[in-house]
Amino acid sequence: MMKIAKYVAYDIIRNRFVLLYTLFLLIVTGSMYSLDSDAGKSTLSLLNIILLVVPLVSVIFTTMHFFNSYEFIELLLSQPVNREKVFISEFLSVALALSFAFIIGVALPTVLLANSAAAVYLIFSGVLLTFVFVSLASLASVLTRDKAKGIGIALLFWIYFTLIYDGLILYVIYSFSDYPLEKVTLLLSSLNPVDLARIVILLKLDISALMGYTGAFYQNFFGSSTGAIYAFLLLLAWIIIPLWIALRKFIRKDI
Amino acid sequence: MITISDLNKQFGKLRVLNSISVQFHPGISYAIIGPNGSGKTTMIKCVLGMVVPDRGEIKVGDESITQNSIYRKKIGYMPQIGRYPDQMKIGQIFDMIRDLRQDEKNLDEDLIREFKLDKLKDKRMHTLSGGTRQKVSASLAFLFDPPILILDEPTAGLDPISVEILKTKIHSEKNRNKLFLITSHIMSDLDELASHLVYLEEGKILFNDTIDLLKEETGERKLGRAVAAIMQRNLKAETI
Repeated sequence: MMKIAKYVAYDIIRNRFVLLYTLFLLIVTGSMYSLDSDAGKSTLSLLNIILLVVPLVSVIFTTMHFFNSYEFIELLLSQPVNREKVFISEFLSVALALSFAFIIGVALPTVLLANSAAAVYLIFSGVLLTFVFVSLASLASVLTRDKAKGIGIALLFWIYFTLIYDGLILYVIYSFSDYPLEKVTLLLSSLNPVDLARIVILLKLDISALMGYTGAFYQNFFGSSTGAIYAFLLLLAWIIIPLWIALRKFIRKDI
Repeated sequence: MITISDLNKQFGKLRVLNSISVQFHPGISYAIIGPNGSGKTTMIKCVLGMVVPDRGEIKVGDESITQNSIYRKKIGYMPQIGRYPDQMKIGQIFDMIRDLRQDEKNLDEDLIREFKLDKLKDKRMHTLSGGTRQKVSASLAFLFDPPILILDEPTAGLDPISVEILKTKIHSEKNRNKLFLITSHIMSDLDELASHLVYLEEGKILFNDTIDLLKEETGERKLGRAVAAIMQRNLKAETI
């Protein structure tokens, strides 16, 4: 498996996309911290950009890479190499390359310029989100043979989790504002990896007071170590479940 | 030996393989022919595990190929259209495959030498002509000295000199008790290379015997005419 991963990684490194992504993250992070002297505020602005950009880049790059390496996959599968290995190597190489870019682009400057608990959470969540969306995009890639359709489905995942889902939650909250909704919103947020990451980081920024009673409830839940573990396990499930379904599909796929 | 039993495959509504059962024995080279879209390539891809059949079983040697990849060590495959990663160089492709199958020491690099591919090893795959890609595919198929060789339209796109090199290679390997499955639309090539014929049409095997028998039955001396004769016979049977 390491051998296959080696060749996939070699291919990714040759591609300038990951390098550009790293530079972009470096510039954004650098400028965020130099614009405002309050590190907390900068982290908050950075958070909003990262929650939008990291999933987007992850889904686009993963699907593009998958469809562009179709020939490579075909060549490997005519050799005595098993499909699980090929698929997991593809996944790991892409996820690790993008995580590496994120660590160089965001983690490094953040740790140097504004090291705080929230920043550590931000880095950790960023890496997990990269894995989550690479996993979702891998699923989108095996669902269809058509490159445009594949990218379309992957983008749908992104739009759904970053934009549509929040709208739905707001709608629920407004429609049922007469009822106690803390537990319901907690459950609903758990079903969206992006929200999960956002809540965990926001709570570390000590601005949960702005979120009213729900904020206090979240603080109580996610502030504890059980809550942090809960969030971590859920994000892990968001990586493993789509990947597992994608792997099942890939094994039965006609090349 | 390859044993295929009751193989079925459907793409959407199109039934590509319709309950195919056939055995291929070592030391014999089989010509697989049939009109376009008759299921030749699909059958080959099923044997290679690239297309997953809806029903049926395929055995290579004694092992079933379902959920198995090791059996592909025994098969050398030359695809109809060799598709390779664009950015890789010829040399890198060979190095990679050799690296992946490091434990196999029995290498046969005759074709790489004869096609003079070592001189082109720094060429990137996307700059190659169709014929050169075919040479790469052929060399890869023979590289690990496998007992079974599956060649999908091996001579299409090759220049006459290279065709002769490949034919000589096939003949010399045939004498080493290897099993060949060859598809082609060029009947004169098959006449030269194969001794048995499997005729597929609409996902069914309509003829499976020696080429000599076919010629005798149809009273034709050339394979091309003999095949045309059975195709016409089927056409007539259909209209009746």
